[in-house]
Amino acid sequence: MPRNTIEPPERTLPTPPANTAEQRQSTSWLTRVPPLVNWPVVFVIPFVIVTLLVIVYPVVYGFWLGADPSLYTSLFADPTYLRSVWNTVVFVGIGVNLKLALALVLSGFFALSNWWIRALLAVCILPWAIPSVPAFLSIHWMLDPQWGMLNTLLGGLGIPSPHWLIDYPWAMGAAIGAYIWKWLPFWILIFLAARMAIPHDIYEAAAVDGATGLRRFFWVTVPMLSNVYLTSTLLSTIWTLSDFNTINFITGAGPADSTHVLATLGIRYAFNVGNVDQGVAVALTALPVIIPLIVILVRRLGREGA
Amino acid sequence: MAVARSRALRRNAGLAAVAILLLGWTLLPIYHMLMMAVSSSDEVFQPHLFPAHPTAGNFWTVLTEGDSFVEYFWRQLFNSIYIAGVTTLLVLAIGTLASYAVARLRPRWGNGLSNAALATYVIPASFLAIPLYQVMGSYSLLDSPWSLIFSMTAFASPYAMWVFTQYARSGIPRELDESARVDGASNWQIYFRIYLPLMRPVLVAVGIYALLTAWNEYLLAFLLLNSEQNMTLPVALGSFLNTDQVPWNLLMATSLFYAVPPAVMYYAFRKNVATGLTAGGVKA
Repeated sequence: MPRNTIEPPERTLPTPPANTAEQRQSTSWLTRVPPLVNWPVVFVIPFVIVTLLVIVYPVVYGFWLGADPSLYTSLFADPTYLRSVWNTVVFVGIGVNLKLALALVLSGFFALSNWWIRALLAVCILPWAIPSVPAFLSIHWMLDPQWGMLNTLLGGLGIPSPHWLIDYPWAMGAAIGAYIWKWLPFWILIFLAARMAIPHDIYEAAAVDGATGLRRFFWVTVPMLSNVYLTSTLLSTIWTLSDFNTINFITGAGPADSTHVLATLGIRYAFNVGNVDQGVAVALTALPVIIPLIVILVRRLGREGA
Repeated sequence: MAVARSRALRRNAGLAAVAILLLGWTLLPIYHMLMMAVSSSDEVFQPHLFPAHPTAGNFWTVLTEGDSFVEYFWRQLFNSIYIAGVTTLLVLAIGTLASYAVARLRPRWGNGLSNAALATYVIPASFLAIPLYQVMGSYSLLDSPWSLIFSMTAFASPYAMWVFTQYARSGIPRELDESARVDGASNWQIYFRIYLPLMRPVLVAVGIYALLTAWNEYLLAFLLLNSEQNMTLPVALGSFLNTDQVPWNLLMATSLFYAVPPAVMYYAFRKNVATGLTAGGVKA
């Protein structure tokens, strides 16, 4: 333990720590010049420089690029954009809520202490453990209407194959399904950890009062987890709003650009169409939603941290 | 007795049903990936549930760069490793330095900085991608690994700093610093000899987080790295889709080479990854 290397000087301490300042001045010339060297500043300089160059400057530059009001009048007259706003609402609204509700319920399943359920958990976190690009590529090809394995499988079971990536509702459904497949395990782990942190005597007290099964879930587990659940929803909403990979690889924004979300449409306008300002404007129109979310989140998380 | 047993039986049957559904759901895309990776080229464009003549030839083609699609496989693998490795080192260095300042030296502006870091942590990267691309162009870093290294470092450091700060505030007694200072230790000595060794558990957790985030990043890598020699593996995988006749068996074989290392890391460091999760983000 590294701790051992530190304890000896503590015990052989010659002077009480009350004279720290004097001691410091008589012992180390480096610290004798605090007015010249502000140590906290020295230590945060790399962090601040990287953040200024790679985050703050692009943010400011982005606002400058998207400052022209005419960009927004043309956006609001653009059917592809309006459609992508609707798609974003559907994708985030259904995706996040369905995923978190499933994760909450399934975390109860995985909290059971059978050995085989624990083994199952190790398998079920696989989608989270592998990178999203190969996973989504695999799902994309699996959904191919002509050669895809899923339709072959469904055909073998006698179920007519849906037109996965050809019809808009099926394409959207496939994207949401793939998104849930990829991210459900992560949130199961989060809720599982939160469940484990619920003190056991609360359940015992509830059992004494006769609460079992569903009642226990609604009157003990749900209230105890509500805080985590809310924070998770906020965090997940922000992450999902900026999710580019799912739509890009599952539907490729098709059929005919009908499944674009804001995150993919901005990139398309900026790099495929070559209209950088328009692309930035697409991203900026998400700010009225994102900024309040960030403010609430920082306040919630910051309160915990303090 | 019989009632209790039949209830237990029904309960177990229910659990088994959930388990089977979950297994099927989880493993289907992964099975598909494996299945395609061992399918021969004639079978790729034929509906099949399992290959009639499974072959390891696709893996060999990838490893020997024997097809124009995988011409730069080793180079791209190296790029991915290099970028993820350097990013991790930078994130750990920058994060621990900043957290040392905020948590141990306790300047007045410490809380403000920590909250600002939290805000940058939740700024969606894909909305920042377009101006970031322009800015990297003005730094003349486009198509250089450093554009991605700096970007990933900047996006991961705030989280790292926040987790480190929380851990340092609650987990390491301040008396250690004070007594070392009394003994004449400078800030650098305290940072290297006391702070870093005591932070080891959370360093591993955040290090893995940074490594995997950089390894998995697609969008920024796709925008910032253009030439085939400089791109990372996920960008190369994504660029397969630009052709009509995608060699899906090669694509899935390459995917496996790319997907297995992070998956192994997740399982090997599962405890640490869990520490990183609960130390950060979503703790009640």
